[in-house]
Amino acid sequence: MAEIAESGGGHGKGGKKRAKKQSTRVDMTPMVDLAFLLLTFFVLTSTFSKPKSMELSLPAPLDENTKPSDIKNGVTFLLTKDDKIFYYAGEFYPVGNEKGKPATVLQETNFSPEGLHKLLMEQNQWANTEIDKLRAQNKAKTLADTTFNRMAVDVTANTLAITALIKTDDQATYRNAIDMLDELKICNVGKRVLGVEMMASEYALLQEKIK
Amino acid sequence: MGKIKVAAHAPSIDMTPMVDLAFLLVTFFMLTASFRMAEPVIVDPPSSVSDKTLPENTVLITVDNIGRAFFGVGNGEARTNTLAKMSEKYGVKFNADQIKKFGGLSSFGVEIKDLPRYLDASEAERLRFQPQKGVPLDSVNNQLRDWINISATELNVIYMRNKDKAAELGQEFKGEKPRYAIKADGKAKYIYVKDVFKTFTDMKIYTFNLITSLEGGSSAPAAETKH
Repeated sequence: MAEIAESGGGHGKGGKKRAKKQSTRVDMTPMVDLAFLLLTFFVLTSTFSKPKSMELSLPAPLDENTKPSDIKNGVTFLLTKDDKIFYYAGEFYPVGNEKGKPATVLQETNFSPEGLHKLLMEQNQWANTEIDKLRAQNKAKTLADTTFNRMAVDVTANTLAITALIKTDDQATYRNAIDMLDELKICNVGKRVLGVEMMASEYALLQEKIK
Repeated sequence: MGKIKVAAHAPSIDMTPMVDLAFLLVTFFMLTASFRMAEPVIVDPPSSVSDKTLPENTVLITVDNIGRAFFGVGNGEARTNTLAKMSEKYGVKFNADQIKKFGGLSSFGVEIKDLPRYLDASEAERLRFQPQKGVPLDSVNNQLRDWINISATELNVIYMRNKDKAAELGQEFKGEKPRYAIKADGKAKYIYVKDVFKTFTDMKIYTFNLITSLEGGSSAPAAETKH
Protein backbone atom coordinates (compact mmCIF):
# COMPACT_ATOMS: atom_id res chain seq x y z
CA MET A 1 0.00 0.00 0.00
CA ALA A 2 1.05 3.51 -0.56
CA GLU A 3 1.67 4.13 3.02
CA ILE A 4 4.74 4.99 4.89
CA ALA A 5 5.16 2.57 7.73
CA GLU A 6 5.98 4.59 10.79
CA SER A 7 8.26 2.99 13.22
CA GLY A 8 6.15 1.72 16.06
CA GLY A 9 7.23 1.03 19.58
CA GLY A 10 7.63 2.94 22.78
CA HIS A 11 8.71 6.48 23.24
CA GLY A 12 11.61 5.64 25.40
CA LYS A 13 10.23 7.33 28.52
CA GLY A 14 9.34 4.46 30.73
CA GLY A 15 12.32 2.45 29.57
CA LYS A 16 10.09 -0.57 29.50
CA LYS A 17 10.90 -2.81 26.59
CA ARG A 18 7.85 -3.41 24.44
CA ALA A 19 7.64 -5.73 21.46
CA LYS A 20 7.73 -3.69 18.31
CA LYS A 21 4.26 -3.29 16.80
CA GLN A 22 5.04 -4.33 13.29
CA SER A 23 2.70 -3.61 10.44
CA THR A 24 1.50 -6.73 8.60
CA ARG A 25 0.82 -4.70 5.50
CA VAL A 26 2.85 -5.26 2.38
CA ASP A 27 3.88 -2.40 0.18
CA MET A 28 1.83 -2.99 -2.95
CA THR A 29 3.10 -0.09 -5.02
CA PRO A 30 5.43 -2.12 -7.26
CA MET A 31 2.68 -4.63 -7.90
CA VAL A 32 0.24 -1.92 -8.87
CA ASP A 33 2.86 -0.42 -11.14
CA LEU A 34 3.36 -3.74 -12.83
CA ALA A 35 -0.37 -4.36 -13.14
CA PHE A 36 -0.89 -1.07 -14.88
CA LEU A 37 2.12 -1.58 -17.09
CA LEU A 38 0.69 -4.89 -18.28
CA LEU A 39 -2.71 -3.34 -18.66
CA THR A 40 -1.35 -0.60 -20.87
CA PHE A 41 0.60 -3.11 -22.93
CA PHE A 42 -2.39 -5.32 -23.61
CA VAL A 43 -4.69 -2.42 -24.34
CA LEU A 44 -2.29 -1.05 -26.89
CA THR A 45 -1.34 -4.29 -28.59
CA SER A 46 -4.70 -6.02 -28.78
CA THR A 47 -6.50 -5.70 -32.07
CA PHE A 48 -10.10 -4.93 -31.54
CA SER A 49 -11.59 -4.39 -34.90
CA LYS A 50 -11.33 -7.33 -37.19
CA PRO A 51 -10.88 -6.36 -40.79
CA LYS A 52 -13.99 -5.80 -42.82
CA SER A 53 -14.45 -7.42 -46.15
CA MET A 54 -16.55 -7.25 -49.25
CA GLU A 55 -17.64 -10.40 -50.98
CA LEU A 56 -16.97 -10.61 -54.66
CA SER A 57 -17.90 -13.24 -57.19
CA LEU A 58 -16.23 -13.16 -60.55
CA PRO A 59 -17.91 -14.49 -63.66
CA ALA A 60 -16.78 -17.97 -64.64
CA PRO A 61 -15.43 -18.19 -68.17
CA LEU A 62 -17.97 -19.48 -70.67
CA ASP A 63 -17.40 -22.78 -72.36
CA GLU A 64 -18.12 -23.25 -76.07
CA ASN A 65 -21.62 -24.65 -75.58
CA THR A 66 -23.15 -21.83 -73.57
CA LYS A 67 -24.18 -18.67 -75.28
CA PRO A 68 -23.55 -15.46 -73.40
CA SER A 69 -26.84 -14.27 -71.99
CA ASP A 70 -28.37 -11.10 -73.38
CA ILE A 71 -28.01 -8.15 -71.11
CA LYS A 72 -31.04 -5.98 -70.64
CA ASN A 73 -30.59 -2.43 -69.46
CA GLY A 74 -26.86 -2.77 -69.33
CA VAL A 75 -24.60 0.12 -68.49
CA THR A 76 -20.90 -0.31 -69.16
CA PHE A 77 -18.40 1.61 -67.09
CA LEU A 78 -14.85 2.02 -68.27
CA LEU A 79 -12.47 2.93 -65.48
CA THR A 80 -9.25 4.63 -66.36
CA LYS A 81 -6.46 6.86 -65.03
CA ASP A 82 -6.94 9.90 -62.80
CA ASP A 83 -10.12 8.39 -61.30
CA LYS A 84 -12.04 9.04 -64.48
CA ILE A 85 -15.07 7.02 -65.45
CA PHE A 86 -16.51 6.73 -68.93
CA TYR A 87 -19.80 5.02 -69.53
CA TYR A 88 -22.35 4.16 -72.14
CA ALA A 89 -25.75 2.55 -71.90
CA GLY A 90 -26.82 -0.45 -73.90
CA GLU A 91 -24.82 -2.22 -76.53
CA PHE A 92 -21.60 -0.99 -77.99
CA TYR A 93 -21.73 0.07 -81.64
CA PRO A 94 -18.40 0.86 -83.23
CA VAL A 95 -18.19 3.43 -86.00
CA GLY A 96 -19.56 2.00 -89.24
CA ASN A 97 -21.14 -1.11 -87.73
CA GLU A 98 -23.12 -3.54 -89.92
CA LYS A 99 -26.38 -2.83 -88.15
CA GLY A 100 -26.21 0.77 -89.21
CA LYS A 101 -26.70 2.09 -85.68
CA PRO A 102 -25.10 5.37 -84.68
CA ALA A 103 -21.69 4.88 -83.10
CA THR A 104 -21.53 4.76 -79.30
CA VAL A 105 -20.34 7.92 -77.61
CA LEU A 106 -18.60 7.67 -74.26
CA GLN A 107 -19.91 9.93 -71.52
CA GLU A 108 -17.64 11.05 -68.76
CA THR A 109 -18.37 11.10 -65.05
CA ASN A 110 -16.45 10.98 -61.77
CA PHE A 111 -16.68 9.55 -58.26
CA SER A 112 -18.27 12.64 -56.71
CA PRO A 113 -21.84 12.48 -55.34
CA GLU A 114 -22.94 14.70 -58.23
CA GLY A 115 -21.30 12.39 -60.72
CA LEU A 116 -21.58 8.67 -60.37
CA HIS A 117 -24.07 8.59 -57.52
CA LYS A 118 -26.54 10.86 -59.26
CA LEU A 119 -26.09 9.04 -62.53
CA LEU A 120 -26.77 5.66 -61.00
CA MET A 121 -29.78 6.89 -59.10
CA GLU A 122 -31.22 8.09 -62.40
CA GLN A 123 -30.29 5.05 -64.43
CA ASN A 124 -31.58 2.66 -61.82
CA GLN A 125 -34.65 4.71 -60.99
CA TRP A 126 -37.07 1.85 -61.40
CA ALA A 127 -35.32 -0.38 -58.85
CA ASN A 128 -34.75 2.52 -56.46
CA THR A 129 -38.43 3.53 -56.40
CA GLU A 130 -39.51 -0.08 -55.97
CA ILE A 131 -37.11 -0.56 -53.08
CA ASP A 132 -38.16 2.72 -51.49
CA LYS A 133 -41.77 1.53 -51.59
CA LEU A 134 -40.80 -1.74 -49.96
CA ARG A 135 -38.73 0.09 -47.37
CA ALA A 136 -41.69 2.30 -46.51
CA GLN A 137 -43.78 -0.83 -45.95
CA ASN A 138 -40.99 -2.29 -43.87
CA LYS A 139 -40.85 0.85 -41.75
CA ALA A 140 -44.61 0.77 -41.29
CA LYS A 141 -44.21 -2.79 -39.96
CA THR A 142 -46.38 -4.28 -42.67
CA LEU A 143 -43.44 -6.13 -44.16
CA ALA A 144 -41.08 -8.36 -42.20
CA ASP A 145 -37.32 -7.73 -42.43
CA THR A 146 -36.54 -11.06 -44.05
CA THR A 147 -39.31 -10.64 -46.59
CA PHE A 148 -38.10 -7.14 -47.31
CA ASN A 149 -34.55 -8.35 -47.93
CA ARG A 150 -35.73 -11.11 -50.22
CA MET A 151 -38.03 -8.83 -52.18
CA ALA A 152 -35.33 -6.19 -52.50
CA VAL A 153 -33.03 -8.79 -54.01
CA ASP A 154 -35.80 -9.81 -56.41
CA VAL A 155 -36.22 -6.20 -57.48
CA THR A 156 -32.52 -5.79 -58.25
CA ALA A 157 -32.57 -9.03 -60.24
CA ASN A 158 -35.53 -7.85 -62.34
CA THR A 159 -34.91 -7.16 -66.03
CA LEU A 160 -36.08 -3.57 -65.50
CA ALA A 161 -33.20 -2.96 -63.08
CA ILE A 162 -29.88 -2.13 -64.65
CA THR A 163 -26.90 -4.41 -65.01
CA ALA A 164 -23.54 -2.78 -64.53
CA LEU A 165 -20.47 -4.00 -66.33
CA ILE A 166 -17.18 -2.71 -64.99
CA LYS A 167 -14.20 -2.74 -67.27
CA THR A 168 -10.83 -1.35 -66.37
CA ASP A 169 -7.81 -0.40 -68.39
CA ASP A 170 -4.22 -0.76 -67.19
CA GLN A 171 -4.22 2.69 -65.58
CA ALA A 172 -7.15 2.32 -63.23
CA THR A 173 -6.43 1.66 -59.57
CA TYR A 174 -7.86 -1.00 -57.31
CA ARG A 175 -9.52 1.74 -55.28
CA ASN A 176 -11.47 2.81 -58.36
CA ALA A 177 -12.83 -0.69 -58.80
CA ILE A 178 -13.83 -0.99 -55.15
CA ASP A 179 -15.42 2.48 -55.11
CA MET A 180 -17.36 1.54 -58.20
CA LEU A 181 -18.66 -1.70 -56.67
CA ASP A 182 -19.50 0.17 -53.51
CA GLU A 183 -21.44 2.87 -55.29
CA LEU A 184 -23.37 0.27 -57.25
CA LYS A 185 -24.30 -1.47 -54.05
CA ILE A 186 -25.46 1.79 -52.51
CA CYS A 187 -27.58 2.53 -55.56
CA ASN A 188 -29.27 -0.88 -55.44
CA VAL A 189 -27.64 -2.27 -58.53
CA GLY A 190 -27.76 -5.98 -57.84
CA LYS A 191 -26.24 -7.17 -61.06
CA ARG A 192 -22.68 -5.93 -61.05
CA VAL A 193 -20.04 -7.61 -63.10
CA LEU A 194 -16.37 -6.89 -62.56
CA GLY A 195 -13.58 -8.36 -64.58
CA VAL A 196 -15.00 -8.28 -68.07
CA GLU A 197 -12.29 -7.74 -70.65
CA MET A 198 -12.46 -4.49 -72.55
CA MET A 199 -13.11 -4.89 -76.27
CA ALA A 200 -10.47 -3.51 -78.63
CA SER A 201 -12.94 -1.03 -80.10
CA GLU A 202 -13.89 0.19 -76.64
CA TYR A 203 -10.26 0.53 -75.70
CA ALA A 204 -9.51 2.57 -78.81
CA LEU A 205 -12.41 4.88 -78.10
CA LEU A 206 -11.30 5.28 -74.49
CA GLN A 207 -7.73 6.09 -75.49
CA GLU A 208 -9.04 8.81 -77.77
CA LYS A 209 -11.02 10.29 -74.87
CA ILE A 210 -8.20 10.38 -72.35
CA LYS A 211 -5.55 11.54 -74.74
CA MET B 1 -1.98 15.43 30.26
CA GLY B 2 -4.75 16.37 27.89
CA LYS B 3 -2.30 16.90 25.10
CA ILE B 4 -3.68 16.36 21.60
CA LYS B 5 -1.70 13.69 19.88
CA VAL B 6 -0.91 14.15 16.23
CA ALA B 7 -1.49 10.98 14.23
CA ALA B 8 1.80 9.27 13.68
CA HIS B 9 0.69 7.63 10.42
CA ALA B 10 0.73 9.20 7.03
CA PRO B 11 -2.74 9.44 5.47
CA SER B 12 -3.37 6.32 3.48
CA ILE B 13 -5.90 5.26 0.88
CA ASP B 14 -6.99 1.68 0.59
CA MET B 15 -5.90 0.71 -2.86
CA THR B 16 -7.17 -2.86 -2.81
CA PRO B 17 -10.24 -2.26 -5.01
CA MET B 18 -8.14 -0.43 -7.58
CA VAL B 19 -5.61 -3.23 -7.69
CA ASP B 20 -8.44 -5.73 -8.05
CA LEU B 21 -9.83 -3.81 -10.95
CA ALA B 22 -6.45 -3.41 -12.59
CA PHE B 23 -5.79 -7.13 -12.46
CA LEU B 24 -9.28 -7.90 -13.70
CA LEU B 25 -8.66 -5.72 -16.74
CA VAL B 26 -5.21 -7.21 -17.26
CA THR B 27 -6.72 -10.69 -17.24
CA PHE B 28 -9.45 -9.63 -19.63
CA PHE B 29 -7.07 -8.12 -22.14
CA MET B 30 -4.64 -10.99 -21.85
CA LEU B 31 -7.32 -13.52 -22.66
CA THR B 32 -9.01 -11.59 -25.43
CA ALA B 33 -5.93 -10.18 -27.10
CA SER B 34 -5.18 -11.48 -30.53
CA PHE B 35 -1.84 -10.17 -31.49
CA ARG B 36 -1.24 -8.31 -34.62
CA MET B 37 1.49 -10.18 -36.36
CA ALA B 38 4.31 -8.34 -38.01
CA GLU B 39 3.49 -7.89 -41.66
CA PRO B 40 6.13 -7.69 -44.35
CA VAL B 41 4.44 -4.74 -45.98
CA ILE B 42 1.93 -2.10 -45.00
CA VAL B 43 -1.06 -1.84 -47.26
CA ASP B 44 -3.85 0.69 -47.09
CA PRO B 45 -7.01 -1.02 -48.27
CA PRO B 46 -9.70 1.15 -49.85
CA SER B 47 -12.77 2.00 -47.83
CA SER B 48 -16.18 0.56 -48.49
CA VAL B 49 -19.63 0.49 -46.95
CA SER B 50 -19.44 -3.27 -46.54
CA ASP B 51 -19.45 -4.21 -42.87
CA LYS B 52 -19.01 -7.97 -43.04
CA THR B 53 -16.19 -9.14 -40.82
CA LEU B 54 -13.54 -11.33 -42.30
CA PRO B 55 -13.93 -15.03 -41.47
CA GLU B 56 -11.16 -16.69 -39.43
CA ASN B 57 -10.10 -19.49 -41.72
CA THR B 58 -8.64 -17.75 -44.69
CA VAL B 59 -5.98 -17.91 -47.29
CA LEU B 60 -4.90 -14.30 -47.54
CA ILE B 61 -3.21 -12.73 -50.52
CA THR B 62 -1.89 -9.24 -49.96
CA VAL B 63 -1.09 -7.01 -52.90
CA ASP B 64 0.94 -3.90 -52.17
CA ASN B 65 0.96 -0.64 -54.11
CA ILE B 66 3.72 -1.75 -56.47
CA GLY B 67 1.99 -5.00 -57.27
CA ARG B 68 3.92 -7.51 -55.20
CA ALA B 69 1.86 -10.44 -53.97
CA PHE B 70 2.27 -11.74 -50.43
CA PHE B 71 0.89 -15.04 -49.28
CA GLY B 72 -0.43 -15.93 -45.84
CA VAL B 73 -2.63 -18.52 -44.13
CA GLY B 74 -4.69 -17.77 -41.03
CA ASN B 75 -3.87 -21.02 -39.24
CA GLY B 76 -0.47 -21.98 -37.84
CA GLU B 77 -0.95 -25.71 -38.27
CA ALA B 78 -2.08 -25.40 -41.87
CA ARG B 79 0.89 -23.13 -42.46
CA THR B 80 3.50 -25.68 -41.36
CA ASN B 81 1.75 -28.50 -43.23
CA THR B 82 1.66 -26.39 -46.37
CA LEU B 83 5.35 -25.68 -46.05
CA ALA B 84 6.13 -29.40 -45.79
CA LYS B 85 4.21 -30.14 -49.00
CA MET B 86 5.69 -27.17 -50.86
CA SER B 87 9.19 -28.16 -49.75
CA GLU B 88 8.60 -31.59 -51.24
CA LYS B 89 7.19 -30.20 -54.47
CA TYR B 90 9.92 -27.67 -55.12
CA GLY B 91 12.77 -29.64 -53.56
CA VAL B 92 13.67 -26.86 -51.11
CA LYS B 93 14.81 -28.15 -47.72
CA PHE B 94 13.85 -26.50 -44.45
CA ASN B 95 15.31 -27.29 -41.06
CA ALA B 96 13.25 -27.66 -37.88
CA ASP B 97 13.98 -24.12 -36.78
CA GLN B 98 12.86 -22.66 -40.11
CA ILE B 99 9.65 -24.68 -40.04
CA LYS B 100 8.93 -23.42 -36.55
CA LYS B 101 9.52 -19.83 -37.65
CA PHE B 102 7.28 -20.32 -40.65
CA GLY B 103 4.47 -21.38 -38.30
CA GLY B 104 4.52 -17.89 -36.83
CA LEU B 105 4.85 -16.00 -40.09
CA SER B 106 1.79 -13.98 -41.05
CA SER B 107 2.69 -13.57 -44.69
CA PHE B 108 5.69 -13.43 -46.95
CA GLY B 109 6.55 -12.25 -50.43
CA VAL B 110 9.61 -14.17 -51.57
CA GLU B 111 10.28 -17.00 -53.95
CA ILE B 112 10.43 -20.43 -52.36
CA LYS B 113 14.14 -20.79 -53.08
CA ASP B 114 14.79 -17.66 -51.01
CA LEU B 115 12.44 -18.71 -48.24
CA PRO B 116 14.98 -20.56 -46.01
CA ARG B 117 17.22 -17.49 -46.04
CA TYR B 118 14.20 -15.27 -45.36
CA LEU B 119 13.20 -17.37 -42.36
CA ASP B 120 16.72 -17.25 -40.93
CA ALA B 121 16.69 -13.47 -41.04
CA SER B 122 15.51 -11.52 -38.00
CA GLU B 123 12.29 -9.58 -38.15
CA ALA B 124 14.06 -6.29 -38.77
CA GLU B 125 16.22 -7.81 -41.48
CA ARG B 126 13.19 -9.24 -43.24
CA LEU B 127 11.92 -5.76 -44.04
CA ARG B 128 15.09 -5.08 -45.98
CA PHE B 129 15.28 -8.58 -47.44
CA GLN B 130 16.34 -8.82 -51.07
CA PRO B 131 15.01 -9.98 -53.44
CA GLN B 132 11.50 -9.46 -52.12
CA LYS B 133 9.56 -9.26 -55.35
CA GLY B 134 6.46 -11.00 -54.10
CA VAL B 135 5.41 -14.61 -54.60
CA PRO B 136 5.77 -15.32 -58.34
CA LEU B 137 2.43 -15.66 -60.09
CA ASP B 138 3.15 -15.46 -63.78
CA SER B 139 2.05 -18.33 -65.98
CA VAL B 140 5.57 -19.75 -66.35
CA ASN B 141 6.31 -19.93 -62.66
CA ASN B 142 3.09 -19.70 -60.69
CA GLN B 143 4.18 -20.51 -57.15
CA LEU B 144 1.26 -18.57 -55.72
CA ARG B 145 -1.10 -21.05 -57.30
CA ASP B 146 0.60 -23.96 -55.55
CA TRP B 147 0.66 -22.15 -52.24
CA ILE B 148 -3.05 -21.41 -52.49
CA ASN B 149 -3.92 -24.88 -53.65
CA ILE B 150 -2.02 -26.71 -50.94
CA SER B 151 -2.95 -24.38 -48.11
CA ALA B 152 -6.64 -24.55 -49.04
CA THR B 153 -6.43 -28.34 -48.89
CA GLU B 154 -4.71 -28.16 -45.51
CA LEU B 155 -7.29 -25.72 -44.15
CA ASN B 156 -10.03 -28.04 -45.34
CA VAL B 157 -8.42 -31.00 -43.59
CA ILE B 158 -8.36 -29.06 -40.33
CA TYR B 159 -11.91 -27.85 -40.88
CA MET B 160 -13.22 -31.37 -41.49
CA ARG B 161 -11.32 -32.74 -38.50
CA ASN B 162 -12.79 -30.09 -36.20
CA LYS B 163 -16.22 -30.75 -37.61
CA ASP B 164 -15.92 -34.48 -37.04
CA LYS B 165 -14.64 -33.92 -33.54
CA ALA B 166 -17.60 -31.67 -32.75
CA ALA B 167 -19.99 -34.25 -34.19
CA GLU B 168 -18.39 -36.97 -32.08
CA LEU B 169 -18.88 -34.95 -28.92
CA GLY B 170 -22.38 -34.07 -30.01
CA GLN B 171 -21.64 -30.35 -30.02
CA GLU B 172 -22.83 -27.78 -32.42
CA PHE B 173 -20.10 -26.92 -34.92
CA LYS B 174 -19.59 -23.21 -35.41
CA GLY B 175 -16.51 -23.19 -37.59
CA GLU B 176 -16.58 -21.67 -41.02
CA LYS B 177 -15.40 -23.14 -44.26
CA PRO B 178 -12.04 -21.87 -45.43
CA ARG B 179 -12.26 -18.83 -47.65
CA TYR B 180 -10.00 -16.77 -49.85
CA ALA B 181 -9.30 -13.18 -49.04
CA ILE B 182 -7.50 -10.52 -50.99
CA LYS B 183 -6.13 -7.44 -49.30
CA ALA B 184 -4.87 -4.96 -51.82
CA ASP B 185 -3.62 -1.42 -51.50
CA GLY B 186 -6.02 1.20 -52.81
CA LYS B 187 -3.28 2.77 -54.88
CA ALA B 188 -2.32 -0.49 -56.54
CA LYS B 189 -3.10 -0.67 -60.22
CA TYR B 190 -6.14 -2.82 -60.85
CA ILE B 191 -4.23 -5.02 -63.27
CA TYR B 192 -1.98 -6.26 -60.45
CA VAL B 193 -5.01 -7.41 -58.51
CA LYS B 194 -6.42 -8.83 -61.70
CA ASP B 195 -3.38 -11.10 -61.98
CA VAL B 196 -4.21 -12.46 -58.54
CA PHE B 197 -7.86 -12.86 -59.55
CA LYS B 198 -6.71 -14.75 -62.59
CA THR B 199 -4.65 -17.15 -60.48
CA PHE B 200 -7.81 -17.91 -58.55
CA THR B 201 -10.16 -18.16 -61.53
CA ASP B 202 -7.72 -20.51 -63.25
CA MET B 203 -8.22 -22.76 -60.25
CA LYS B 204 -12.00 -22.45 -60.62
CA ILE B 205 -12.30 -20.32 -57.49
CA TYR B 206 -14.66 -17.46 -58.19
CA THR B 207 -15.67 -16.11 -54.80
CA PHE B 208 -13.41 -14.05 -52.57
CA ASN B 209 -13.52 -11.63 -49.70
CA LEU B 210 -11.92 -8.34 -50.54
CA ILE B 211 -10.60 -6.70 -47.41
CA THR B 212 -11.66 -3.10 -47.08
CA SER B 213 -11.62 -0.58 -44.29
CA LEU B 214 -14.95 0.54 -43.01
CA GLU B 215 -16.18 3.85 -44.25
CA GLY B 216 -17.69 6.27 -41.75
CA GLY B 217 -21.45 6.62 -41.71
CA SER B 218 -24.21 4.16 -42.38
CA SER B 219 -24.83 2.24 -45.57
CA ALA B 220 -28.03 4.14 -46.28
CA PRO B 221 -28.01 5.82 -49.70
CA ALA B 222 -28.58 9.24 -48.13
CA ALA B 223 -25.48 8.92 -45.96
CA GLU B 224 -23.21 8.69 -48.95
CA THR B 225 -19.88 10.23 -48.03
CA LYS B 226 -17.67 9.44 -50.97
CA HIS B 227 -15.65 12.12 -52.67
